[in-house]
Amino acid sequence: MWARPSELRSRHVIGMNRRNICYIARYNDRSLFPLVDDKLKTKLLAHEHGVTSPGLIGTVTSQFEVRQVAAMVRDHPAFVIKPAKGSGGKGILVIESHADGAYRKPSGAMLGIADLERDVSNILSGLYSLAGSPDVAMIESMIRFDDRFADYTYEGVPDIRVIVFRGYPVMAMIRLSTAASDGKANLHQGAVGVGLDIATGRALYAVQFDRPVDLHPDTGRSLIDLEIPDWQGLLRLASACYEMTGLGYIGADLVIDKYHGPMLLELNARPGLAIQMANGEGLGGRLERIEREPVGADVDTRVDFAMAHFGRM
Amino acid sequence: MSRKPFYLVVACLMLIGIGLSIHRHIQYEVPFTPGEQRAVWEVEAQVRLEATGGPVIVELAVPTNQEGYRLLGEHTASSGYGLNFVETADSRVARWSIRNAQGSQHLYYSARFLVAPNEARADIPPPELRRDRLWQSPFDTAAEAVLARAYQRSADPYTLASELIRELTGATQGENARLLLTQYALPDLVERLLAQAEVPARQVSGLMLEDGRRRQSLGTWLQVYKGDEWTVFDPATGRQGRPDRLLLWHAGNAPVLQVEGGRQSNVSFAMIRQMQSATESESLRPADASLLGLSIHSLPLEEQSLFRTILLIPIGALIVVMLRILVGIKTSGTFMPVLIALAFIQTTLLTGLIGFLLVVATGLVIRNYLSHLNLLLVARVSAVIITVIGIISIFSVVSYRFGLNAGLTITFFPMIILSWTIERMSILWEEEGPREVLVQGGGSLLTAVLAYLAMTNPWIRHITFNFLGVQFILMGLILLLGNYTGYRLLELRRFKPMVRR
Ligand SMILES: Nc1ncnc2c1ncn2[C@@H]1O[C@H](COP(=O)(O)OP(=O)(O)O)[C@@H](O)[C@H]1O
Ligand SMILES: [Mg+2]
Repeated sequence: MWARPSELRSRHVIGMNRRNICYIARYNDRSLFPLVDDKLKTKLLAHEHGVTSPGLIGTVTSQFEVRQVAAMVRDHPAFVIKPAKGSGGKGILVIESHADGAYRKPSGAMLGIADLERDVSNILSGLYSLAGSPDVAMIESMIRFDDRFADYTYEGVPDIRVIVFRGYPVMAMIRLSTAASDGKANLHQGAVGVGLDIATGRALYAVQFDRPVDLHPDTGRSLIDLEIPDWQGLLRLASACYEMTGLGYIGADLVIDKYHGPMLLELNARPGLAIQMANGEGLGGRLERIEREPVGADVDTRVDFAMAHFGRM
Repeated sequence: MSRKPFYLVVACLMLIGIGLSIHRHIQYEVPFTPGEQRAVWEVEAQVRLEATGGPVIVELAVPTNQEGYRLLGEHTASSGYGLNFVETADSRVARWSIRNAQGSQHLYYSARFLVAPNEARADIPPPELRRDRLWQSPFDTAAEAVLARAYQRSADPYTLASELIRELTGATQGENARLLLTQYALPDLVERLLAQAEVPARQVSGLMLEDGRRRQSLGTWLQVYKGDEWTVFDPATGRQGRPDRLLLWHAGNAPVLQVEGGRQSNVSFAMIRQMQSATESESLRPADASLLGLSIHSLPLEEQSLFRTILLIPIGALIVVMLRILVGIKTSGTFMPVLIALAFIQTTLLTGLIGFLLVVATGLVIRNYLSHLNLLLVARVSAVIITVIGIISIFSVVSYRFGLNAGLTITFFPMIILSWTIERMSILWEEEGPREVLVQGGGSLLTAVLAYLAMTNPWIRHITFNFLGVQFILMGLILLLGNYTGYRLLELRRFKPMVRR
């Protein structure tokens, strides 16, 4: 039922207190938090730094622009509307295709333009933002996830979480949505977390509700066969987020697009600790290893270092 | 990054705290443990008046030893005024005087009463029977009728008094009673009726003692004689006998407060119950202004009772910090549990818990409806605040109707905080499901209960109230905890699966 602290320590597991004091407080400058708490800022910043992210179709910043949503998306067959300061998937509308003013969600449900405008209007009034503060609606192209993942997920896009410490990718996992998680990729809601080998991008170990699993509960696909294509490219993208934001300890959420490869979906300045469970290993050892590295290494050096030192196979 | 300066600060805080406490212990002989406890009520009367610019004389009736209470000492504060205690036939009066006074004046009288169940009943001679003309017509016939009915149904002075009060207030209240009440106040009326029946009785002023109350006023009771003995009646309810918490303040015919040379005078009362160790020296109290002697006891009573609560808040904060950092309990709103615990102190634990659950549960149901309206946050929370006030009012009224006076204390709940709690829980419910609401709600309540238990613990109360140095120690402890990087207790469980393989 209970682990002994010494057992956890020997596996380099870090707890919340340690994460907060030794990593977030020490390496993440508060004044930089807005860069990652606002997805629009993150996206513009990513664009400046050559970090790929889903293309921005447009933004709506005031209620009287709401009417122009239809015109904005006319030439984009698939798009997503989301609040810039939202979290937990709130207020996000994914439209897979549309014709003649009828908009189709991935689930097959059809929406009218009025539904889209209501969502945008709610976003603007702050319904989905954390403190209820007025927000901006962003419209971006929909990601078409790689077919190779089709068997690994139940609705929803699988996203890859990489912990980037001082620019070094230290640990990674992929989150697969399940029926239990209602198509969302949140681990505590029942998504499957699969730890990924930093050296190869191959699955190491999978957990659901903190317990080991071998097969995807809905598709029955064996999780241990999972392998991420263009792994090194993905790690470079994650690693580049360090220069981009200046934040020392972040969780980068990436997705792989069928046509454009790895893309940055969002950044998190207070990434959770569940990744340790999905990897069956604590973060502590790797973080301490990185703390001994000198500053100033470039992206390629950092990624090579991580792949060389943190591989498990 | 060196942590040395940090540990130095913590060490300094601890040393200052310990030093101050030891100094107070040795210099003022304040014991570290509350020891054998006895309850002492400290009651303060504050007289306020507007002086008109000439000589002022203020006479305030003051209490003496009586059944249940022994006067330990008295204390007055009134700069520039001369003071005398005057004993008259039926009462004792504090008389302040000054040659010249202008503007708003504040005079304080405070007395300390030991709760002494064996103290003899005060020997108060019965009043002269009233010989003045008691009634004007048409009230005389009405009085006659009421008295006749009550007289028939009674056997002696006490039962007569009971019957009279029942006639005048009960469900049987008749035409005559209503007529009389248009002219006379109830206690006065009963006194007159008793006088008519040749039963000596008088109105006395008393104070219901309730810990930490401020701005209270005196209530009226009826003292009824049967031969040489007497007892008191509550004119509003007809209850016979002295309530334990009743301190008789004044039994004379003269008013409690008399002022010459001033206008708009009034007197209000504050009281506080202290558990005092029998060993604590009585001389401890005097206003000692030296900084090292830092003591809350040198403040006026009103502020003292306020401070007693304020000084406990750091204890609540420490509990929250420990539960969050060492145990890893999730609460909704970081310090909300402390405020809830403070409310529990007023309501008592069980009433508080029931009240809290009722308010939050009802609030969640109503908030659930509000969420369909897609309101903006500020408007939504404001609507919840009004709802909470509504719920609290309804509960108070309903519980009062059913004779549950405890239900009234529900108004001690911090309503704004409750509203935010409801708002947060409701969002949590929508986003994470009812399980998480139970986890966080349960965590908050557990924290609140633990904080309550700590804050009501006699030893902790004794220490925080008597040793201000303890605040430094608490500060040091909290700083230290804020620096703790080890595992939380619940994480040992969370990460258990990682060890099993
Ligand atoms: N451009 C997109 N294309 C397809 N799905 C998307 C897109 N953006 C977001 N989503 C879906 O919405 C979910 C949440 O998006 P995200 O940007 O992470 O916002 P949040 O901060 O609310 O989690 C993603 O996991 C994904 O399933
Ligand atoms: Mg996300």
